[in-house]
Amino acid sequence: MPAYRAPLDDIRFVLHDVLGTEQLRALPGYEEVTPDLVDTVLDGMAQVCEEVLFPLNQVGDQVGSTVADGVVTTPPGFKEAYATFCEAGFPGLSCDPAYGGQGLPLTLRAVLDEMVCSTNLSFGMFPGLTYGAYEALHAYGSDELKDAYLAKLVSGEWAGTMCLTEPHAGTDLGIITTKAVPAGDGAYHVTGSKIFITAGEHDLTPNIVHLVLAKLPDAPPGTKGISLLLVPKYLPTEDGRPGTRNGVTCVGVEHKMGIKASPTCQLQFDNAKGWLVGEPHKGLRAMFIMMNGARLNVGMQGLGLSVTSYQNALQYAKDRLQMRALKGAARPDQPADPIIVHPDVRRGLMTMKSFNEGARALAYHVGMEMDVILHHPDPARRQEAEDLVALLTPVVKAFFTDVGFESANIGLQTYGGHGYIREYGMEQYVRDSRIAQIYEGTNGVQAMDLVGRKLPAEMGRLLRRFFQPTHELIERESQGDLKDLAEALGQGFRRLQQGTQLILAKGMRDPNEAGAAASEYLRIFGLVAVGAMWLRMARVAQDKLAAGAGPKEAFYRSKVVTAKFWMTRILPQAHGLMASIAAGGETIMALEPDAF
Amino acid sequence: MKIAVAIKRVPDMDTRFKIAPSGTAVDETGLKFDMSDFDGYAAEAALQINEKQGGGEITAISLGPDVVQETLRKALSMGLDKAVQLKADAVPFDGYAIAEALAAELKGGSYDLILFGRMAIDSSNQSVGPMVAELLGLPCISAVSQLDVSDGKTVKARRELEGAYEEVTCPLPAVVTIDEGVARPRYPSLKGIMAAKKKPLEVKPAQLGPVTATVAKMELPPERAAGRILGENADAVPELVRLLQTEAKVL
Repeated sequence: MPAYRAPLDDIRFVLHDVLGTEQLRALPGYEEVTPDLVDTVLDGMAQVCEEVLFPLNQVGDQVGSTVADGVVTTPPGFKEAYATFCEAGFPGLSCDPAYGGQGLPLTLRAVLDEMVCSTNLSFGMFPGLTYGAYEALHAYGSDELKDAYLAKLVSGEWAGTMCLTEPHAGTDLGIITTKAVPAGDGAYHVTGSKIFITAGEHDLTPNIVHLVLAKLPDAPPGTKGISLLLVPKYLPTEDGRPGTRNGVTCVGVEHKMGIKASPTCQLQFDNAKGWLVGEPHKGLRAMFIMMNGARLNVGMQGLGLSVTSYQNALQYAKDRLQMRALKGAARPDQPADPIIVHPDVRRGLMTMKSFNEGARALAYHVGMEMDVILHHPDPARRQEAEDLVALLTPVVKAFFTDVGFESANIGLQTYGGHGYIREYGMEQYVRDSRIAQIYEGTNGVQAMDLVGRKLPAEMGRLLRRFFQPTHELIERESQGDLKDLAEALGQGFRRLQQGTQLILAKGMRDPNEAGAAASEYLRIFGLVAVGAMWLRMARVAQDKLAAGAGPKEAFYRSKVVTAKFWMTRILPQAHGLMASIAAGGETIMALEPDAF
Repeated sequence: MKIAVAIKRVPDMDTRFKIAPSGTAVDETGLKFDMSDFDGYAAEAALQINEKQGGGEITAISLGPDVVQETLRKALSMGLDKAVQLKADAVPFDGYAIAEALAAELKGGSYDLILFGRMAIDSSNQSVGPMVAELLGLPCISAVSQLDVSDGKTVKARRELEGAYEEVTCPLPAVVTIDEGVARPRYPSLKGIMAAKKKPLEVKPAQLGPVTATVAKMELPPERAAGRILGENADAVPELVRLLQTEAKVL
């Protein structure tokens, strides 16, 4: 049976010592966010995730969500766990207090996302999608819609969905065919088929609020003609209870490789009553509010699963006695040594550890920038944060989920044959993490977003928001006790700069060149961005050690060693990736389809 | 109803403990601390009593250094109304010393009901609650799995026995120590956590009684010997049975 312990020491190190919770507290609206409040909230999250969500992860996988006659049943225990999750107030953690939210920082939501993904990704999909619906409705809904639905979504009493994909329209939403026809009373009648709808139907809540992309009769073609509609499963009564059943039915649930407890539904809308969210034909804007948040959340899924896989692989490597250490027995009193003595096992563990801790720092950094966007009084600073978050969103989504999957796979490998056996739980993390590379825009699409949209945006202004501070960081550390780390990061950073120049120069002439380089480029970006966080963490750890860390000495020493591991054993991948980019797209595009 | 709940901060029991160099205590480095399990049940029992009756006030009391404030804040975030820290450099092993300090604080509080966990999950002494009752001259019912004080005058308590149970009553005010089974402690909600920041937490010096009992030595159980594989399939069973009878002596 796998185990999970929220890595609170690591989390607190990032929040308090590296990023500085006082930065959050300085933002108007977060005056109450003292370090001890943050710690108490972290304890509360950890307890519910460890004690309530994690024990349901394996049963959720084995039983799954099932459908019969349009009714979806979640695995045993999910209803009770959802009730506990809502009673604790987690759905509304960072939501608007005007609708019953707690108004806590998005940085803390990022921590909650990590813990939920670590303990029960399938479960996390239900509140995750609800939060996406909350965000879109909060940003673009009319006051009537907000008053009728927001408080219910904030408390978790009702759940939400995002209904985008249709059988023939996945990545390309411009060609959807679901129709919304005015009903004459300000409402619309929505008709069409949607697929891959996460939590599209279930028994956790008495009502479900669908946000549906559809086309109005006078819609212009393509993405400029998409509207967003709110379609509840039950039309609310005057006093806010679920009333008449609306025309939306679940006609099937997919059989998937992983996240089996999360019902992926096919929904049929048949003259379902709905209301416009935002302006006609401007649904894509509202949808991107949901999408961007969702992409960062999906990045946390890669990280979260990697964390749990690592914790268990580490314990197994310490417990499993097999063979002797290469330089002689480490535990002569035992029949064999624990496998953690072996360099190759350690290589795997260090790869996971350095990713987990570095990616966590980057994710919380992005979370804190999102808080700046929401609350900072200076518009210039807000713009800066907005640029950085926009730039890093595809990086977090794709890099975290690619490496998260690789990491879960290393965790399985550490267990040897036992990793392949279901009871040990390790193969579930591999299967569950696989989807994160696909949904909310495949990682290929993320790479295209980075290269095609984010790099050229505002004449490279977004890019400068990352390049400038990274350059300064490397300069700052280029003398003194961390100069080796700064030098290694500098080398990786130069590859990123070279890649950027090459893509901008070649890609202008031939977009296929940019497309051919995009995935490698995004990976270099991720390697460097995590590397920059590692340099910052190493600085803090080194300073703590110099000041005398007492009982925490081993903790900080481990940070410095792990930083060095990332810089010298992982980041050099950037050189090989850059060589691939430099080779260009010629061989990729040369073959005619028939010649493959 | 005016209720006091005594709360102890204890290490998470789900850890691999090490003995400190002193040889008389556990090594606290890297340990996670939380409210003792049974004290959580006691806090929940108090909350449910006052929720049912509407009104009242629940005070959480903990003895120890400033780190216990963290545990008291947790109690406040569960919904308890106020907290008192009886400040002491360390928590002595001697339950009597602690009981005197608690009794001195509780004496003037005119509490209707004083709740303890059945025992502290780390030291398992089960002594402080009954000692406090004795010092205050109050009746005491220990290891209670169901509790009814709805008439405001008497405690009706159920105690689990081996294969049976008994119902015990006594007049209020009284001291009751709580076993699991009363109610699963609720998780602190975000709303509760935010509210807890504004609830009063009073710090007073602990008037500890004399310490006469101390820990002389603490040791971990011997490490379990490695398992042995006797053979495979049914052929191994006779030898296994023989060893279970002669060596392990469990059959």
